[in-house]
Amino acid sequence: MSESSSHAEAHVKIQDVTFYRGTRRIYDGLNVAFPRGKITAIMGPSGTGKTTLLRMIGGQLRADKGQVLVDEADVGKMSRSDLFELRKNKMGMLFQTSGLFTDLNVFENVAFPLRVHTNLSENMIRDLVLMKLEAVGLRGAREMMPAELSGGMIRRVALARSIAMDPELIMYDEPFTGLDPISMGMILRLIKGLNEALGLTSLLVSHDVDESCQIADYLCILSEGKVIGFGTPDELRNGDNAEVRQFLNGDPDGPVPFHYPAADYREDLMAGDPS
Amino acid sequence: MIESIRNLGRAGVDSVASMGRAGNLFVQSITWGGPGSAGFLDFIRQIHSVGVRSLSIIVVAGFFVGMVLALQGYNILIKFGSVSALGTMVSLTLLRELGPVMAALLFAGRAGSALTAEIGLMKATEQLSAMEMMGVDPLKRVITPRLWAGIISLPILALLFSTVGIWGGAFVAVDMLGLYDGAYWSNMQNTVMFTEDVLKGLFKALVFGLVVTWIAVYQGYDSEPTSEGIGKATTKTVVISSLAVLGLDFILTAVMLGGV
Repeated sequence: MSESSSHAEAHVKIQDVTFYRGTRRIYDGLNVAFPRGKITAIMGPSGTGKTTLLRMIGGQLRADKGQVLVDEADVGKMSRSDLFELRKNKMGMLFQTSGLFTDLNVFENVAFPLRVHTNLSENMIRDLVLMKLEAVGLRGAREMMPAELSGGMIRRVALARSIAMDPELIMYDEPFTGLDPISMGMILRLIKGLNEALGLTSLLVSHDVDESCQIADYLCILSEGKVIGFGTPDELRNGDNAEVRQFLNGDPDGPVPFHYPAADYREDLMAGDPS
Repeated sequence: MIESIRNLGRAGVDSVASMGRAGNLFVQSITWGGPGSAGFLDFIRQIHSVGVRSLSIIVVAGFFVGMVLALQGYNILIKFGSVSALGTMVSLTLLRELGPVMAALLFAGRAGSALTAEIGLMKATEQLSAMEMMGVDPLKRVITPRLWAGIISLPILALLFSTVGIWGGAFVAVDMLGLYDGAYWSNMQNTVMFTEDVLKGLFKALVFGLVVTWIAVYQGYDSEPTSEGIGKATTKTVVISSLAVLGLDFILTAVMLGGV
Protein backbone atom coordinates (compact mmCIF):
# COMPACT_ATOMS: atom_id res chain seq x y z
CA MET A 1 0.00 0.00 0.00
CA SER A 2 1.38 3.40 -0.88
CA GLU A 3 1.96 6.27 1.51
CA SER A 4 -0.86 8.44 0.25
CA SER A 5 -3.65 6.44 1.88
CA SER A 6 -2.24 6.86 5.36
CA HIS A 7 -2.84 10.63 5.36
CA ALA A 8 -6.58 10.35 5.76
CA GLU A 9 -8.19 8.51 8.63
CA ALA A 10 -9.48 5.08 7.65
CA HIS A 11 -13.23 4.57 7.66
CA VAL A 12 -13.20 0.95 6.60
CA LYS A 13 -10.33 -1.37 7.35
CA ILE A 14 -9.86 -4.86 5.99
CA GLN A 15 -7.36 -6.76 8.10
CA ASP A 16 -5.87 -10.06 7.08
CA VAL A 17 -9.12 -11.27 5.52
CA THR A 18 -9.39 -14.72 4.02
CA PHE A 19 -12.53 -15.73 2.21
CA TYR A 20 -13.53 -18.94 0.48
CA ARG A 21 -16.39 -19.44 -1.92
CA GLY A 22 -16.95 -23.17 -1.82
CA THR A 23 -13.42 -24.51 -2.07
CA ARG A 24 -12.16 -21.60 -4.19
CA ARG A 25 -10.11 -19.08 -2.31
CA ILE A 26 -11.18 -15.53 -3.17
CA TYR A 27 -9.07 -13.62 -0.66
CA ASP A 28 -5.97 -14.72 1.15
CA GLY A 29 -4.80 -12.37 3.84
CA LEU A 30 -6.22 -9.22 2.27
CA ASN A 31 -5.18 -5.95 3.92
CA VAL A 32 -6.51 -2.59 2.85
CA ALA A 33 -7.88 0.60 4.40
CA PHE A 34 -10.38 2.95 2.79
CA PRO A 35 -10.00 6.59 3.83
CA ARG A 36 -12.91 8.59 5.22
CA GLY A 37 -14.65 11.13 3.03
CA LYS A 38 -12.89 10.04 -0.16
CA ILE A 39 -13.93 8.17 -3.27
CA THR A 40 -12.01 4.95 -3.63
CA ALA A 41 -12.48 2.89 -6.76
CA ILE A 42 -11.97 -0.83 -6.29
CA MET A 43 -10.88 -2.31 -9.58
CA GLY A 44 -9.54 -5.52 -10.93
CA PRO A 45 -10.19 -8.30 -13.42
CA SER A 46 -13.57 -10.03 -13.40
CA GLY A 47 -13.89 -12.72 -10.78
CA THR A 48 -11.45 -11.23 -8.29
CA GLY A 49 -14.28 -10.77 -5.80
CA LYS A 50 -14.77 -7.02 -5.83
CA THR A 51 -18.47 -7.34 -5.16
CA THR A 52 -17.65 -9.94 -2.51
CA LEU A 53 -15.56 -7.31 -0.75
CA LEU A 54 -18.49 -4.86 -0.71
CA ARG A 55 -20.77 -7.58 0.62
CA MET A 56 -18.32 -8.34 3.40
CA ILE A 57 -18.22 -4.68 4.38
CA GLY A 58 -22.03 -4.67 4.37
CA GLY A 59 -22.05 -7.80 6.52
CA GLN A 60 -23.94 -9.87 3.96
CA LEU A 61 -20.97 -12.20 3.73
CA ARG A 62 -18.65 -13.07 6.57
CA ALA A 63 -14.93 -13.46 6.21
CA ASP A 64 -13.59 -16.91 7.04
CA LYS A 65 -10.64 -15.31 8.79
CA GLY A 66 -9.59 -11.78 9.66
CA GLN A 67 -11.51 -8.63 10.44
CA VAL A 68 -13.66 -6.18 8.50
CA LEU A 69 -13.75 -2.99 10.52
CA VAL A 70 -16.20 -0.18 9.89
CA ASP A 71 -15.58 2.70 12.29
CA GLU A 72 -13.38 0.30 14.27
CA ALA A 73 -16.28 -2.11 14.81
CA ASP A 74 -15.88 -5.65 13.48
CA VAL A 75 -18.77 -6.26 11.09
CA GLY A 76 -18.16 -10.01 11.03
CA LYS A 77 -18.67 -10.37 14.79
CA MET A 78 -21.75 -8.19 15.14
CA SER A 79 -25.05 -9.58 16.31
CA ARG A 80 -27.86 -9.55 13.80
CA SER A 81 -29.56 -6.59 15.44
CA ASP A 82 -26.34 -4.51 15.67
CA LEU A 83 -25.68 -5.23 12.04
CA PHE A 84 -29.13 -4.03 11.00
CA GLU A 85 -28.67 -0.95 13.15
CA LEU A 86 -25.35 -0.20 11.42
CA ARG A 87 -26.86 -0.64 7.95
CA LYS A 88 -29.83 1.49 8.85
CA ASN A 89 -27.87 4.52 10.02
CA LYS A 90 -24.38 4.35 8.60
CA MET A 91 -24.37 2.58 5.25
CA GLY A 92 -25.94 2.75 1.87
CA MET A 93 -25.40 0.51 -1.08
CA LEU A 94 -26.27 0.86 -4.72
CA PHE A 95 -26.68 -2.55 -6.32
CA GLN A 96 -25.80 -3.44 -9.86
CA THR A 97 -29.42 -4.23 -10.70
CA SER A 98 -30.53 -1.41 -8.38
CA GLY A 99 -33.03 -3.56 -6.47
CA LEU A 100 -35.90 -1.11 -6.75
CA PHE A 101 -39.15 -2.50 -5.37
CA THR A 102 -41.17 -3.19 -8.48
CA ASP A 103 -44.52 -2.91 -6.70
CA LEU A 104 -43.85 0.64 -5.46
CA ASN A 105 -43.57 3.83 -7.49
CA VAL A 106 -40.51 6.09 -7.48
CA PHE A 107 -41.72 8.21 -4.57
CA GLU A 108 -42.57 5.21 -2.39
CA ASN A 109 -39.29 3.52 -3.20
CA VAL A 110 -37.34 6.47 -1.86
CA ALA A 111 -39.75 6.86 1.04
CA PHE A 112 -39.42 3.19 2.01
CA PRO A 113 -36.44 3.45 4.41
CA LEU A 114 -37.90 6.60 5.97
CA ARG A 115 -41.28 5.00 6.55
CA VAL A 116 -39.75 1.87 8.02
CA HIS A 117 -37.13 3.47 10.21
CA THR A 118 -38.54 6.80 11.30
CA ASN A 119 -41.74 8.16 12.78
CA LEU A 120 -41.65 11.31 10.69
CA SER A 121 -44.90 12.93 9.65
CA GLU A 122 -46.19 12.42 6.14
CA ASN A 123 -45.33 16.03 5.32
CA MET A 124 -41.78 15.63 6.50
CA ILE A 125 -41.32 12.41 4.56
CA ARG A 126 -42.71 14.09 1.46
CA ASP A 127 -40.21 16.95 1.79
CA LEU A 128 -37.26 14.62 2.38
CA VAL A 129 -38.16 12.38 -0.54
CA LEU A 130 -38.58 15.35 -2.87
CA MET A 131 -35.21 16.71 -1.76
CA LYS A 132 -33.51 13.41 -2.50
CA LEU A 133 -35.30 13.11 -5.85
CA GLU A 134 -34.38 16.69 -6.71
CA ALA A 135 -30.74 15.85 -6.01
CA VAL A 136 -30.83 13.12 -8.64
CA GLY A 137 -32.99 15.19 -10.98
CA LEU A 138 -36.06 12.98 -10.88
CA ARG A 139 -38.53 15.00 -8.83
CA GLY A 140 -40.79 15.06 -11.86
CA ALA A 141 -40.81 11.27 -12.18
CA ARG A 142 -42.11 10.59 -8.69
CA GLU A 143 -45.36 8.97 -9.84
CA MET A 144 -43.71 6.56 -12.28
CA MET A 145 -43.30 2.85 -11.65
CA PRO A 146 -39.84 1.24 -11.94
CA ALA A 147 -40.93 -0.66 -15.06
CA GLU A 148 -41.51 2.66 -16.88
CA LEU A 149 -38.01 4.01 -16.18
CA SER A 150 -34.87 3.80 -18.29
CA GLY A 151 -31.74 2.08 -16.96
CA GLY A 152 -30.10 5.35 -16.00
CA MET A 153 -33.20 6.64 -14.24
CA ILE A 154 -33.57 3.39 -12.30
CA ARG A 155 -30.05 3.78 -11.02
CA ARG A 156 -30.64 7.39 -10.02
CA VAL A 157 -33.79 6.45 -8.10
CA ALA A 158 -31.86 3.68 -6.35
CA LEU A 159 -29.17 6.21 -5.52
CA ALA A 160 -31.75 8.58 -4.05
CA ARG A 161 -33.11 5.70 -2.00
CA SER A 162 -29.71 4.67 -0.70
CA ILE A 163 -28.97 8.19 0.56
CA ALA A 164 -32.44 8.63 2.07
CA MET A 165 -31.19 7.88 5.57
CA ASP A 166 -28.08 10.07 5.12
CA PRO A 167 -25.42 7.36 5.43
CA GLU A 168 -21.75 8.06 6.10
CA LEU A 169 -20.54 5.30 3.83
CA ILE A 170 -21.93 4.46 0.45
CA MET A 171 -20.95 1.56 -1.75
CA TYR A 172 -21.57 1.44 -5.48
CA ASP A 173 -21.55 -1.94 -7.19
CA GLU A 174 -20.79 -1.46 -10.89
CA PRO A 175 -22.71 1.81 -11.18
CA PHE A 176 -21.71 2.43 -14.82
CA THR A 177 -22.54 -0.92 -16.36
CA GLY A 178 -25.04 -0.83 -19.20
CA LEU A 179 -25.56 2.93 -19.25
CA ASP A 180 -25.54 5.22 -22.25
CA PRO A 181 -22.90 8.00 -22.21
CA ILE A 182 -25.34 10.67 -21.01
CA SER A 183 -26.67 8.58 -18.11
CA MET A 184 -23.11 7.59 -17.29
CA GLY A 185 -22.14 11.25 -17.13
CA MET A 186 -25.05 11.95 -14.80
CA ILE A 187 -24.12 9.11 -12.45
CA LEU A 188 -20.48 10.24 -12.43
CA ARG A 189 -21.52 13.76 -11.53
CA LEU A 190 -23.86 12.50 -8.83
CA ILE A 191 -21.26 10.27 -7.19
CA LYS A 192 -18.73 13.07 -7.18
CA GLY A 193 -21.30 15.63 -6.07
CA LEU A 194 -22.58 13.53 -3.19
CA ASN A 195 -19.08 12.89 -2.02
CA GLU A 196 -18.23 16.58 -2.04
CA ALA A 197 -21.49 17.90 -0.65
CA LEU A 198 -22.01 15.36 2.11
CA GLY A 199 -18.47 14.16 2.72
CA LEU A 200 -19.57 10.59 2.10
CA THR A 201 -16.98 7.88 2.09
CA SER A 202 -17.61 6.29 -1.28
CA LEU A 203 -16.47 2.86 -2.38
CA LEU A 204 -16.90 2.18 -6.04
CA VAL A 205 -16.55 -1.18 -7.72
CA SER A 206 -16.07 -0.80 -11.44
CA HIS A 207 -14.36 -2.03 -14.58
CA ASP A 208 -14.49 1.31 -16.29
CA VAL A 209 -10.99 2.65 -15.83
CA ASP A 210 -11.42 6.05 -17.47
CA GLU A 211 -14.66 6.91 -15.69
CA SER A 212 -13.38 5.74 -12.33
CA CYS A 213 -10.13 7.68 -12.70
CA GLN A 214 -12.12 10.84 -13.43
CA ILE A 215 -13.79 10.91 -10.05
CA ALA A 216 -11.82 8.64 -7.72
CA ASP A 217 -9.40 10.04 -5.17
CA TYR A 218 -7.78 6.64 -4.81
CA LEU A 219 -7.68 3.46 -6.81
CA CYS A 220 -7.41 0.07 -5.21
CA ILE A 221 -6.43 -2.60 -7.72
CA LEU A 222 -7.11 -6.20 -6.76
CA SER A 223 -5.81 -9.29 -8.43
CA GLU A 224 -5.96 -12.90 -7.30
CA GLY A 225 -7.05 -12.08 -3.79
CA LYS A 226 -4.41 -9.41 -3.11
CA VAL A 227 -4.11 -5.67 -3.40
CA ILE A 228 -1.56 -5.09 -6.15
CA GLY A 229 -1.86 -1.33 -6.17
CA PHE A 230 -3.30 1.42 -4.01
CA GLY A 231 -2.87 5.12 -4.62
CA THR A 232 -4.06 8.08 -6.62
CA PRO A 233 -4.72 7.41 -10.32
CA ASP A 234 -1.59 9.35 -11.33
CA GLU A 235 0.66 7.54 -8.89
CA LEU A 236 -0.48 4.17 -10.18
CA ARG A 237 -0.27 5.13 -13.86
CA ASN A 238 3.32 6.21 -13.38
CA GLY A 239 4.17 3.49 -10.89
CA ASP A 240 6.50 0.58 -11.47
CA ASN A 241 4.00 -2.26 -11.12
CA ALA A 242 3.61 -3.75 -14.60
CA GLU A 243 0.38 -5.57 -13.79
CA VAL A 244 -1.27 -2.38 -12.49
CA ARG A 245 -0.17 -0.50 -15.61
CA GLN A 246 -1.48 -3.30 -17.81
CA PHE A 247 -4.85 -3.07 -16.12
CA LEU A 248 -5.08 0.71 -16.27
CA ASN A 249 -4.03 0.81 -19.93
CA GLY A 250 -6.13 -2.18 -20.90
CA ASP A 251 -3.31 -4.07 -22.64
CA PRO A 252 -4.50 -7.48 -23.79
CA ASP A 253 -1.29 -9.25 -22.88
CA GLY A 254 1.25 -8.71 -20.14
CA PRO A 255 1.72 -9.98 -16.60
CA VAL A 256 -1.91 -11.11 -16.77
CA PRO A 257 -1.57 -13.47 -19.71
CA PHE A 258 -3.92 -13.49 -22.67
CA HIS A 259 -3.84 -17.30 -22.64
CA TYR A 260 -5.37 -19.31 -19.85
CA PRO A 261 -2.67 -21.73 -18.62
CA ALA A 262 -2.58 -24.71 -20.99
CA ALA A 263 -0.34 -27.49 -22.20
CA ASP A 264 2.09 -26.75 -24.99
CA TYR A 265 0.16 -25.70 -28.09
CA ARG A 266 2.05 -27.90 -30.55
CA GLU A 267 1.83 -30.98 -28.35
CA ASP A 268 -1.85 -30.33 -27.75
CA LEU A 269 -2.59 -30.27 -31.46
CA MET A 270 -0.53 -33.39 -32.12
CA ALA A 271 -2.28 -35.29 -29.34
CA GLY A 272 -5.51 -35.35 -31.36
CA ASP A 273 -3.69 -36.95 -34.32
CA PRO A 274 -4.73 -40.61 -34.70
CA SER A 275 -1.36 -41.75 -36.08
CA MET B 1 -19.33 -47.30 -8.41
CA ILE B 2 -17.39 -45.11 -5.99
CA GLU B 3 -18.68 -42.12 -7.91
CA SER B 4 -22.32 -43.15 -7.46
CA ILE B 5 -21.84 -43.75 -3.73
CA ARG B 6 -20.20 -40.36 -3.47
CA ASN B 7 -23.11 -38.73 -5.30
CA LEU B 8 -25.58 -40.48 -3.02
CA GLY B 9 -23.72 -39.18 0.02
CA ARG B 10 -23.55 -35.69 -1.41
CA ALA B 11 -27.29 -35.70 -2.18
CA GLY B 12 -27.93 -36.82 1.39
CA VAL B 13 -25.77 -34.09 2.87
CA ASP B 14 -27.35 -31.50 0.58
CA SER B 15 -30.87 -32.43 1.55
CA VAL B 16 -30.05 -32.39 5.27
CA ALA B 17 -28.40 -28.98 4.85
CA SER B 18 -31.42 -27.76 2.94
CA MET B 19 -33.75 -28.92 5.71
CA GLY B 20 -31.56 -27.10 8.19
CA ARG B 21 -31.81 -23.88 6.20
CA ALA B 22 -35.58 -24.34 5.92
CA GLY B 23 -35.83 -24.83 9.69
CA ASN B 24 -33.69 -21.78 10.29
CA LEU B 25 -35.88 -19.69 7.99
CA PHE B 26 -38.99 -20.93 9.78
CA VAL B 27 -37.70 -20.12 13.26
CA GLN B 28 -36.58 -16.64 12.21
CA SER B 29 -39.67 -15.70 10.26
CA ILE B 30 -42.54 -17.20 12.24
CA THR B 31 -42.49 -14.44 14.86
CA TRP B 32 -43.34 -10.80 14.19
CA GLY B 33 -41.10 -7.90 15.15
CA GLY B 34 -37.48 -7.13 14.36
CA PRO B 35 -35.71 -4.68 12.05
CA GLY B 36 -38.27 -3.20 9.67
CA SER B 37 -40.91 -5.77 10.53
CA ALA B 38 -44.01 -5.91 8.36
CA GLY B 39 -47.14 -4.19 9.58
CA PHE B 40 -50.74 -5.34 9.83
CA LEU B 41 -51.50 -3.82 6.45
CA ASP B 42 -48.84 -5.97 4.75
CA PHE B 43 -50.43 -9.00 6.34
CA ILE B 44 -53.89 -8.11 5.02
CA ARG B 45 -52.42 -7.47 1.58
CA GLN B 46 -50.84 -10.93 1.59
CA ILE B 47 -54.07 -12.61 2.68
CA HIS B 48 -55.65 -10.91 -0.29
CA SER B 49 -52.97 -12.10 -2.66
CA VAL B 50 -52.72 -15.75 -1.49
CA GLY B 51 -56.23 -16.26 -0.12
CA VAL B 52 -58.75 -14.08 -1.89
CA ARG B 53 -57.14 -14.60 -5.27
CA SER B 54 -57.41 -18.39 -4.80
CA LEU B 55 -61.16 -18.18 -4.23
CA SER B 56 -62.29 -18.76 -7.79
CA ILE B 57 -60.29 -21.94 -8.34
CA ILE B 58 -61.34 -23.29 -4.92
CA VAL B 59 -65.03 -22.58 -5.43
CA VAL B 60 -65.22 -23.99 -8.96
CA ALA B 61 -63.18 -27.08 -8.08
CA GLY B 62 -65.20 -27.64 -4.91
CA PHE B 63 -68.48 -27.54 -6.78
CA PHE B 64 -67.33 -30.11 -9.36
CA VAL B 65 -65.83 -32.43 -6.76
CA GLY B 66 -69.08 -32.34 -4.78
CA MET B 67 -71.07 -33.10 -7.93
CA VAL B 68 -68.91 -36.09 -8.84
CA LEU B 69 -69.03 -37.40 -5.28
CA ALA B 70 -72.81 -37.28 -5.27
CA LEU B 71 -73.06 -38.95 -8.67
CA GLN B 72 -70.69 -41.80 -7.78
CA GLY B 73 -72.12 -42.17 -4.29
CA TYR B 74 -75.68 -42.32 -5.60
CA ASN B 75 -74.85 -45.13 -8.00
CA ILE B 76 -73.12 -47.17 -5.31
CA LEU B 77 -75.55 -46.53 -2.47
CA ILE B 78 -78.64 -47.25 -4.56
CA LYS B 79 -77.47 -50.87 -4.91
CA PHE B 80 -77.70 -51.23 -1.15
CA GLY B 81 -80.91 -49.26 -0.94
CA SER B 82 -79.31 -46.59 1.21
CA VAL B 83 -79.34 -43.49 -0.95
CA SER B 84 -80.62 -41.58 2.06
CA ALA B 85 -77.05 -41.76 3.41
CA LEU B 86 -75.77 -39.83 0.39
CA GLY B 87 -75.72 -36.44 2.17
CA THR B 88 -73.74 -37.96 5.04
CA MET B 89 -71.27 -39.57 2.66
CA VAL B 90 -70.69 -36.45 0.59
CA SER B 91 -70.30 -34.13 3.57
CA LEU B 92 -68.04 -36.41 5.60
CA THR B 93 -65.79 -37.16 2.62
CA LEU B 94 -65.44 -33.46 1.96
CA LEU B 95 -65.04 -32.22 5.51
CA ARG B 96 -62.67 -34.95 6.66
CA GLU B 97 -60.57 -35.55 3.56
CA LEU B 98 -61.19 -33.94 0.24
CA GLY B 99 -61.80 -30.41 1.47
CA PRO B 100 -58.44 -29.97 3.24
CA VAL B 101 -56.44 -32.12 0.80
CA MET B 102 -57.84 -30.81 -2.47
CA ALA B 103 -57.79 -27.23 -1.25
CA ALA B 104 -54.14 -27.67 -0.18
CA LEU B 105 -53.16 -29.17 -3.55
CA LEU B 106 -54.90 -26.38 -5.45
CA PHE B 107 -53.41 -23.83 -3.07
CA ALA B 108 -49.91 -25.21 -3.71
CA GLY B 109 -50.43 -24.87 -7.44
CA ARG B 110 -52.09 -21.47 -7.39
CA ALA B 111 -50.63 -19.57 -4.43
CA GLY B 112 -47.52 -21.59 -3.51
CA SER B 113 -45.95 -21.39 -6.94
CA ALA B 114 -46.74 -17.68 -7.15
CA LEU B 115 -45.09 -17.07 -3.77
CA THR B 116 -41.96 -18.94 -4.81
CA ALA B 117 -41.70 -17.07 -8.10
CA GLU B 118 -42.32 -13.71 -6.44
CA ILE B 119 -39.71 -14.18 -3.72
CA GLY B 120 -37.27 -15.76 -6.17
CA LEU B 121 -37.57 -12.78 -8.49
CA MET B 122 -37.16 -10.35 -5.60
CA LYS B 123 -33.96 -12.19 -4.79
CA ALA B 124 -32.74 -12.24 -8.39
CA THR B 125 -33.33 -8.52 -8.83
CA GLU B 126 -31.47 -7.80 -5.56
CA GLN B 127 -34.58 -6.39 -3.89
CA LEU B 128 -33.96 -8.60 -0.86
CA SER B 129 -30.28 -7.59 -0.68
CA ALA B 130 -31.22 -3.95 -1.07
CA MET B 131 -33.67 -4.32 1.82
CA GLU B 132 -30.98 -5.89 3.99
CA MET B 133 -28.62 -3.04 3.24
CA MET B 134 -31.31 -0.55 4.23
CA GLY B 135 -31.42 -2.18 7.63
CA VAL B 136 -34.65 -4.05 6.93
CA ASP B 137 -34.71 -7.77 7.59
CA PRO B 138 -36.29 -9.41 4.53
CA LEU B 139 -37.30 -12.39 6.63
CA LYS B 140 -39.45 -10.18 8.83
CA ARG B 141 -40.58 -7.86 6.08
CA VAL B 142 -41.27 -10.28 3.24
CA ILE B 143 -41.47 -13.82 4.62
CA THR B 144 -43.38 -13.41 7.90
CA PRO B 145 -46.58 -11.84 6.49
CA ARG B 146 -46.66 -14.33 3.61
CA LEU B 147 -46.17 -17.31 5.92
CA TRP B 148 -48.98 -16.22 8.22
CA ALA B 149 -51.27 -15.33 5.34
CA GLY B 150 -50.95 -18.91 4.09
CA ILE B 151 -51.57 -20.38 7.54
CA ILE B 152 -54.72 -18.29 7.99
CA SER B 153 -56.03 -18.62 4.44
CA LEU B 154 -55.94 -22.34 3.79
CA PRO B 155 -58.37 -23.44 6.57
CA ILE B 156 -60.86 -20.86 5.35
CA LEU B 157 -60.41 -21.99 1.75
CA ALA B 158 -60.80 -25.65 2.78
CA LEU B 159 -64.02 -24.86 4.61
CA LEU B 160 -65.32 -23.03 1.56
CA PHE B 161 -64.31 -25.95 -0.64
CA SER B 162 -66.32 -28.34 1.53
CA THR B 163 -69.31 -26.02 1.73
CA VAL B 164 -69.49 -25.47 -2.00
CA GLY B 165 -68.88 -29.20 -2.54
CA ILE B 166 -71.86 -30.07 -0.35
CA TRP B 167 -74.00 -27.68 -2.39
CA GLY B 168 -72.66 -29.27 -5.57
CA GLY B 169 -73.62 -32.67 -4.17
CA ALA B 170 -77.10 -31.42 -3.35
CA PHE B 171 -77.43 -30.00 -6.84
CA VAL B 172 -76.74 -33.40 -8.42
CA ALA B 173 -78.55 -35.56 -5.87
CA VAL B 174 -81.64 -33.47 -5.30
CA ASP B 175 -82.10 -31.41 -8.43
CA MET B 176 -80.82 -33.85 -11.02
CA LEU B 177 -81.29 -37.36 -9.59
CA GLY B 178 -84.46 -36.55 -7.70
CA LEU B 179 -83.39 -37.57 -4.21
CA TYR B 180 -85.72 -36.24 -1.51
CA ASP B 181 -83.93 -33.16 -0.21
CA GLY B 182 -84.96 -33.79 3.42
CA ALA B 183 -83.05 -37.08 3.31
CA TYR B 184 -79.94 -35.38 1.95
CA TRP B 185 -79.85 -32.52 4.46
CA SER B 186 -81.31 -33.98 7.66
CA ASN B 187 -79.19 -37.14 7.60
CA MET B 188 -76.20 -34.89 7.16
CA GLN B 189 -77.28 -32.75 10.08
CA ASN B 190 -77.74 -35.79 12.29
CA THR B 191 -74.41 -37.45 11.59
CA VAL B 192 -71.82 -34.72 11.03
CA MET B 193 -70.19 -33.76 14.35
CA PHE B 194 -68.65 -30.35 14.82
CA THR B 195 -65.52 -31.33 16.75
CA GLU B 196 -65.11 -34.82 15.27
CA ASP B 197 -65.48 -33.87 11.63
CA VAL B 198 -65.39 -30.15 11.04
CA LEU B 199 -62.68 -29.15 13.51
CA LYS B 200 -60.42 -32.09 12.74
CA GLY B 201 -60.68 -31.27 9.05
CA LEU B 202 -59.86 -27.66 9.79
CA PHE B 203 -56.87 -28.72 11.84
CA LYS B 204 -55.58 -30.70 8.86
CA ALA B 205 -56.02 -27.65 6.65
CA LEU B 206 -54.13 -25.52 9.16
CA VAL B 207 -51.18 -27.94 9.10
CA PHE B 208 -51.28 -28.12 5.30
CA GLY B 209 -51.41 -24.33 5.06
CA LEU B 210 -48.33 -24.05 7.22
CA VAL B 211 -46.40 -26.73 5.35
CA VAL B 212 -47.29 -25.58 1.83
CA THR B 213 -46.53 -21.92 2.54
CA TRP B 214 -43.34 -22.79 4.35
CA ILE B 215 -42.12 -24.87 1.42
CA ALA B 216 -43.13 -22.12 -1.01
CA VAL B 217 -41.37 -19.25 0.77
CA TYR B 218 -38.31 -21.37 1.48
CA GLN B 219 -37.96 -22.47 -2.14
CA GLY B 220 -38.23 -18.86 -3.26
CA TYR B 221 -35.80 -17.56 -0.67
CA ASP B 222 -33.30 -20.34 -1.28
CA SER B 223 -33.63 -20.35 -5.08
CA GLU B 224 -30.71 -19.75 -7.35
CA PRO B 225 -31.18 -16.15 -8.54
CA THR B 226 -31.40 -16.96 -12.25
CA SER B 227 -34.42 -17.52 -14.48
CA GLU B 228 -33.62 -21.22 -14.61
CA GLY B 229 -33.24 -21.37 -10.83
CA ILE B 230 -36.60 -19.72 -10.24
CA GLY B 231 -38.26 -22.10 -12.69
CA LYS B 232 -36.78 -25.06 -10.85
CA ALA B 233 -37.79 -23.68 -7.47
CA THR B 234 -41.39 -23.16 -8.60
CA THR B 235 -41.61 -26.74 -9.84
CA LYS B 236 -40.09 -27.99 -6.60
CA THR B 237 -42.65 -26.06 -4.56
CA VAL B 238 -45.55 -27.74 -6.32
CA VAL B 239 -44.03 -31.23 -6.30
CA ILE B 240 -42.70 -31.23 -2.74
CA SER B 241 -45.73 -29.58 -1.18
CA SER B 242 -48.16 -31.89 -3.01
CA LEU B 243 -46.31 -34.94 -1.77
CA ALA B 244 -45.98 -33.47 1.72
CA VAL B 245 -49.73 -32.81 1.86
CA LEU B 246 -50.64 -36.33 0.79
CA GLY B 247 -48.11 -37.93 3.13
CA LEU B 248 -49.08 -35.76 6.08
CA ASP B 249 -52.74 -36.42 5.38
CA PHE B 250 -52.26 -40.09 6.06
CA ILE B 251 -50.27 -39.47 9.23
CA LEU B 252 -52.77 -36.93 10.58
CA THR B 253 -55.72 -39.15 9.76
CA ALA B 254 -54.08 -42.12 11.44
CA VAL B 255 -53.32 -40.11 14.55
CA MET B 256 -56.77 -38.53 14.77
CA LEU B 257 -58.75 -41.67 14.05
CA GLY B 258 -56.40 -43.62 16.28
CA GLY B 259 -57.07 -46.78 14.27
CA VAL B 260 -53.61 -47.59 12.98
